[in-house]
Amino acid sequence: MTADSVARLSGVGLHYGSTTALDRIDVDIPAGKMVGLIGPDGVGKSSLLALVAGVRVIQQGRVEVLGGDMHSRRHRATVCPRIAYMPQGLGRNLYMTLSVFENVDFFGRLFGHATQVREARIAELLDSTGLAPFRDRPAGKLSGGMKQKLGLCCALIHDPDLLILDEPTTGVDPLSRRQFWQLIERIRARRPGMSVLVSSAYMGEAEGFDWLVAMDDGRVLATGSPAELLERTATRDLDDAFIALLPAEKRVGHEVLVVPPRVVRTDGPAIVAEALTMKFGDFTAVDNVGFEIGRGEIFGFLGSNGCGKTTTMKMLTGLLPPSSGRALLFGREVDTRDLDTRRRVGFMTQGFSLYGELSVRQNLVLHAQLFHLPADTIDARVREMVDRFELGEYLDMQTTGLPLGIRQRLSLAVAVIHRPDMLILDEPTSGVDPVARDGFWHLLVDLSRKDGVTIFVSTHFMNEGERCDRISLMHAGRVLASDTPAALMAARGAAKLEDAFIAYLEEATAGAQPEQGARGVSGQPVVVPSAAAVAVESESRAFSPLRLFAYARREWLEVMRDPVRLTFALLGSLILVLILGYGISMDVEDLKFAVLDRDQSPESRSYIQDMAGSRYFLVQPPLTSSAELDRRMRAGELSVALEIPSGFGRDLRRGQGVDIGVWVDGAMPFRAETTLGYVQGMHVDFLQQAARENARVASPQPARLDMRYRYNQEFRSVFAMVPAVIPLLLTFIPALLMAVGVVREKELGSITNLYATPVTRLEFLLGKQLPYIGVSMISFFGLVALAVYVFEVPLKGSLFTLSAAALIFVTTTTGLGLLMSSFARTQIAALAATAVITMLATVTFSGLTHPVSSLEGAGRMIGTFFPATYFLNISRGLFTKALEFEDLRTDFLALLAFVPVLTVISVLLLKKQER
Amino acid sequence: MKIRLLNAWRLGVKELLSLWNDKVLLIMIAWAFSGGIYTASTATSQELHNAPIAIVDEDQSVLSARIAGAFYGPYFKRPDMIAGSQIDAVLDAGAYTFVLNIPPDFERDVLAGQQPGIQVNIDAMRVSQAFIGAGYIQNIVLGEVGEFVQHRRAEAVSPVRLVPTILFNPNLTSSWFGSVMEMINNVTMLSVILTGAALIREREHGTLEHLMVMPLGAFEIMLAKVWAMALVVWIAVGLSLYFVIEGALGVPIAGSIPLFMAGALLQLLATTSLGIFIGTLSRNMPQLGLMMILVVLPLELLSGGMTPRESMPGPVQDIMLAAPTTHFVSFAQAVLYRGAGLDVVWPSLLAIAAIAAVFFVLSLALFRRSLAAQG
Repeated sequence: MTADSVARLSGVGLHYGSTTALDRIDVDIPAGKMVGLIGPDGVGKSSLLALVAGVRVIQQGRVEVLGGDMHSRRHRATVCPRIAYMPQGLGRNLYMTLSVFENVDFFGRLFGHATQVREARIAELLDSTGLAPFRDRPAGKLSGGMKQKLGLCCALIHDPDLLILDEPTTGVDPLSRRQFWQLIERIRARRPGMSVLVSSAYMGEAEGFDWLVAMDDGRVLATGSPAELLERTATRDLDDAFIALLPAEKRVGHEVLVVPPRVVRTDGPAIVAEALTMKFGDFTAVDNVGFEIGRGEIFGFLGSNGCGKTTTMKMLTGLLPPSSGRALLFGREVDTRDLDTRRRVGFMTQGFSLYGELSVRQNLVLHAQLFHLPADTIDARVREMVDRFELGEYLDMQTTGLPLGIRQRLSLAVAVIHRPDMLILDEPTSGVDPVARDGFWHLLVDLSRKDGVTIFVSTHFMNEGERCDRISLMHAGRVLASDTPAALMAARGAAKLEDAFIAYLEEATAGAQPEQGARGVSGQPVVVPSAAAVAVESESRAFSPLRLFAYARREWLEVMRDPVRLTFALLGSLILVLILGYGISMDVEDLKFAVLDRDQSPESRSYIQDMAGSRYFLVQPPLTSSAELDRRMRAGELSVALEIPSGFGRDLRRGQGVDIGVWVDGAMPFRAETTLGYVQGMHVDFLQQAARENARVASPQPARLDMRYRYNQEFRSVFAMVPAVIPLLLTFIPALLMAVGVVREKELGSITNLYATPVTRLEFLLGKQLPYIGVSMISFFGLVALAVYVFEVPLKGSLFTLSAAALIFVTTTTGLGLLMSSFARTQIAALAATAVITMLATVTFSGLTHPVSSLEGAGRMIGTFFPATYFLNISRGLFTKALEFEDLRTDFLALLAFVPVLTVISVLLLKKQER
Repeated sequence: MKIRLLNAWRLGVKELLSLWNDKVLLIMIAWAFSGGIYTASTATSQELHNAPIAIVDEDQSVLSARIAGAFYGPYFKRPDMIAGSQIDAVLDAGAYTFVLNIPPDFERDVLAGQQPGIQVNIDAMRVSQAFIGAGYIQNIVLGEVGEFVQHRRAEAVSPVRLVPTILFNPNLTSSWFGSVMEMINNVTMLSVILTGAALIREREHGTLEHLMVMPLGAFEIMLAKVWAMALVVWIAVGLSLYFVIEGALGVPIAGSIPLFMAGALLQLLATTSLGIFIGTLSRNMPQLGLMMILVVLPLELLSGGMTPRESMPGPVQDIMLAAPTTHFVSFAQAVLYRGAGLDVVWPSLLAIAAIAAVFFVLSLALFRRSLAAQG
């Protein structure tokens, strides 16, 4: 590797299933430069960046970064603190419920900065990015541009030598975008040695980079400075240069877009908005917006993410009833229930509203069917859409795995499949490459001019705004200006629409709102202390308590900010213990019984009386025939029936043998056994009694049995159940909370922080586990209080011993949750699997109803290797038997043994890199 | 209406396709209805099984040896002989459920007709074994003593005999009970999870919003999920009944399987509607999971499938009458074990149907309201 290259890739290939993301890439990335990766979506830019960042597992070839092989785990651990990686998507690596400060603080802690250094650095970073005024605002409530700046702060906190930014400005308004690049420029000016590797879909931005890598289809098309590329292709801007660099067959069909003039129609406007206002609480999302869109017009909405475009569109479609004002489509007021209007409108929402689990074809067919296209035309229509949007090669692939741009093409195909009169498109082209975008606009223009379809489109691409018949510039819920693009540019004397927009924006934000942080950026210099000033300790150590606590602290904050999760975690177990404690009763009482008394003698009546007087039985109307007995048993009306033969009294008096028939409902074996026990007991009592009264009746018993029911003299199941339900609930809820906690990060994408920062798997897992152990312990004390004060089950043993056992136990059950989370990919799967496994194992195999020693086979094995078994023993021993720690030593040891085992397995199963 | 049903049909097919692509969930369903039921029903026993027992033999006579020899499987483990001083310790440690103490001179006193007593110490915390086991011990000990006495004394024993007949499950095989109850538990749990999760997934992925801008109403969206998920679980129930419960476990099914399946369908309508209800109330997956536990666990434990309903406190019994599972459990027991026909079980079926209808309408109302409010 030459001294001046920061990363070198040779023969690098990457495949997702049968898809090739990178195809034998060879490239040398120069150090100390701003290097841009340009190309459409889905060509492998993100994959390449992830490989360089060490976030993704290398499948093929060699990747050398900062002077070492990224294949080596040791090298990765060494260089990881020198690399910063910001994944694609607005705030993908941020935690939305945490405030701006807490987010940066978390990363600072991960890199082991001491408190003072950290706070000073955070203050500097927030000042220089203009985020300082929003220090305490949750990340989720920031605008797109601010989220990206916050992401940058988080990436810069540890002073990296290599900064990797994956599409940092996608979806950000032009002013914020310009500020973002200015910020990067200033940071580089301060730290000339830092290499920046950026991917971008905006070719305009790439002109300012030092060196470019143009990519297409998993291959590198060309490398060099922007000037070199322009010269080589003899083009004037990078958009054209890129198209020129494409292989010949890809350029086919591309032509410069010309928008033909619109023929103004007079049959009334298609869309009318009158003073639309939308308030969420005290936040005004859309403020008094009005416009009129003619039929067949292409009307553009320009603005940044979060400026109210989407909310306005939702009000137009009837998804959201406006707080005030009204909207009309084709002269009819928008009404949620009006299904006919919906049939005339095609809608494309911002979040690709496709079924990720379905294939491209299945998505198209489903929508065609839902719009009731005639069955015989569906095939043809789907084929037509597939051809038009070039979806042929993806036809039978699941949409989840497709690149952004292709998913959006499919979204559009779905929106127009039913030939609507009007199209409402919310950011249809963000993330789509220039060629496809031009193709897409060709289609829109076609639809508008030839078919007279009205198109209402929102975008943050200025060159798309220029193609609209009229546009509205939107910012912070208000329309800044509304006219034809040419008129807007003329009004501001600007040569480009972007400059005109920025002029309008600056005018709007110059007032009381420092929303975009304009002053912060212009006012203060970026101060990036030298690496020596940053207290970097323990970064490459195998285990750092600081990083562990950083994760624990963050998770704790998240749980505390999610009131629903917290309430359920705490109150849920209390509610359940009430239900279960009162509900599950192993007592068998109130058994319905009836007698077929064929004797009707004083003796038979006395026999029946004995049973009827017992609290265990409820007498039902007597039986009159065997057939009735059969029928009522079958219907479940009776649990037990007696048949006393005729001559019972006479035979008893004579001391002759006589049989009494007992029928017991065996449907529930446990109940049947108990019932039989009751009947036999009563039968013996009756005979004893009879023997005393009548010498001819022999005593039934040559010996007595004295039953001593220990620990629970009254034989009430609540004393047995409550101490058992506590372990049950301490298994479920902690395991579930934990499992979901980890899988959630996988789903939301913040798991990237595990891949990209020096945190180890053990620190990550234990850090996440700690808060849940805390929450579980709180709920444990609540449970004990309920048991003692509400159920009046006295705690005979020591509370301290019980708490110690509970602490170990919730550590194992949260560990179990961790283990489950390593298998599951989705939160649903994690939930279901955890629920089934813990429920089955705890209820049936851990001794809740039957001692483990009575189980056999697999059940016995599960019981032996399930922590609840041991905690159940401890809980019962302490609650009812007044045992001491000494008596429970083996259970404690067994419980303790689970902790390292579960943790080690979880660590082994968790991956430190993405596959 | 026809169009709406057609929409519901197509959306439902979509649900099935989505489920087909989620292999983890599929494996879960398959396991729950096969291996899950099999292990749960073979490994556990609701009746006395292998109860651990110890004997303190202070008599050391022929009779006491005979008594000790009379305890064997499957009800009891072979008894361990321990010393009298160990009784408290072994019970505290939970090593045995029963400890018999045969006093000195027991045999002599029996033969002398003095009715000597044997002390039986029972760990009453093991509620399920304690009472039934005590009855067995009484029978076994008295049987042995009686037989012993008969050889030595020519005196007639008990003239009045009790002749028990256990109906529907003559040997009280626990797997007959356990398997079907486990299946019912799985029906409740999976149908609620699958439907609730299908709804949340749409909400989280933004596709719900997309459905709403199409000419579709809340009714179709909900019905689609209800029928698709109910069908999946229903088929699983059918297969599991034939291949696992009747096949692998050899449980004889007394009644009509079509009747049971019809009842199961009604039950699934109720539980899937419940799934929609819960899915509407919760905003994301973790919330759904917690909510699930709060709802499903009581449904499973309090409906009479685990412990007899009549032993629960009165208010609990009354409240549980509003739960479909309560009626479904009694319906399933009547049909599958007792061979009851429609003439017997129609009240349960009616109750399930009524509850299902109420659940469906309530869930639909809530779902519709949440769609309107959400935007």
